[in-house]
Amino acid sequence: MRYCSVASASSSAAQNISDLLPDLLLDAIDRAIINQLQKGFPICERPYQEAAQSLGISETELIQRLQAMLDDKRLSRFGPLYHAERMGGGLSLCAMAVPAEDFDEVAVQVNRFPEVAHNYARDHDLNMWFVLATETPQRIDEVLKEIQARTGYPVYNMPKKQEFFVGLHFEV
Amino acid sequence: METLDRAIIEATQAGLPLTPRPYATVAEQVGSDEATVMARMQAMQESGIIRRIGAVPNHYVLGFRGNGMSVWEVPEDRIQACGERVGALDFVSHAYHRPKHPPLWNYNLFAMVHGRDREEVMQKVEKIATLLGDDDLGHEVLFSSRILKKTGLRLPGGKP
Repeated sequence: MRYCSVASASSSAAQNISDLLPDLLLDAIDRAIINQLQKGFPICERPYQEAAQSLGISETELIQRLQAMLDDKRLSRFGPLYHAERMGGGLSLCAMAVPAEDFDEVAVQVNRFPEVAHNYARDHDLNMWFVLATETPQRIDEVLKEIQARTGYPVYNMPKKQEFFVGLHFEV
Repeated sequence: METLDRAIIEATQAGLPLTPRPYATVAEQVGSDEATVMARMQAMQESGIIRRIGAVPNHYVLGFRGNGMSVWEVPEDRIQACGERVGALDFVSHAYHRPKHPPLWNYNLFAMVHGRDREEVMQKVEKIATLLGDDDLGHEVLFSSRILKKTGLRLPGGKP
């Protein structure tokens, strides 16, 4: 039964955005599902049944509602969230300061690297921010140098030194 | 990493099957059995490879349209206390200590702040500033103006 325990402490301080949501977007049951399943999901033979019981709905209804919310993108995903570095790879946040006239061309060059997972333009002198995910930690430095050589602009490497918190519970 | 763990990760990184016995479904996909898959996933959760199993709501659809990367210069010897205080705030989704690159970049604490719009993000950033008090040696908020690429993280060495 240990496998079936799910933390269910509610966070009264969490966001309350109910007033923002059109009723048809999420009904009370959808909201309860999202609020509970952001906190965890059991590992047991019938985990949907287990989770559904504490929500007061049937296993079938929980599965159908999750499917519906995934289909129309109200949920981004449902399942295990993996910790990239602990899977043995390298991960870093990198930034570049690229003059406006070169920006689009450099974006194309940077995005061509398969190791670049996300890339965002941001309003700052450092105006291009991307996440590098590599097969090995050592490969981060190599890719950085390749990007610098390709684009002609320095890349500022900002790997995390410490993580204080990752996760967010949106009370909906 | 064990071959079986890697196979389980590949089978579930897009999501957990929506079947009554999802771990049995995964087991079929990776050529194992339900009990073994459950035990491996439990072990990965305990070792931190799996942060958690759960639902990730689409923040944008749910009304959180403002997402600002707030960056802070705090004294290096105060980073632990500052990071923990900021990370504990309910509107902060990620908080990290990252290296400075002076003189261009003097910020060593990053906190992603979410709100309904930019104005609300800025109000929350002010709350962080108040919380940090004298430890706030300077801060900025960087909003994303464009997504240039978003492919998501892939398993190292996994199939593309």
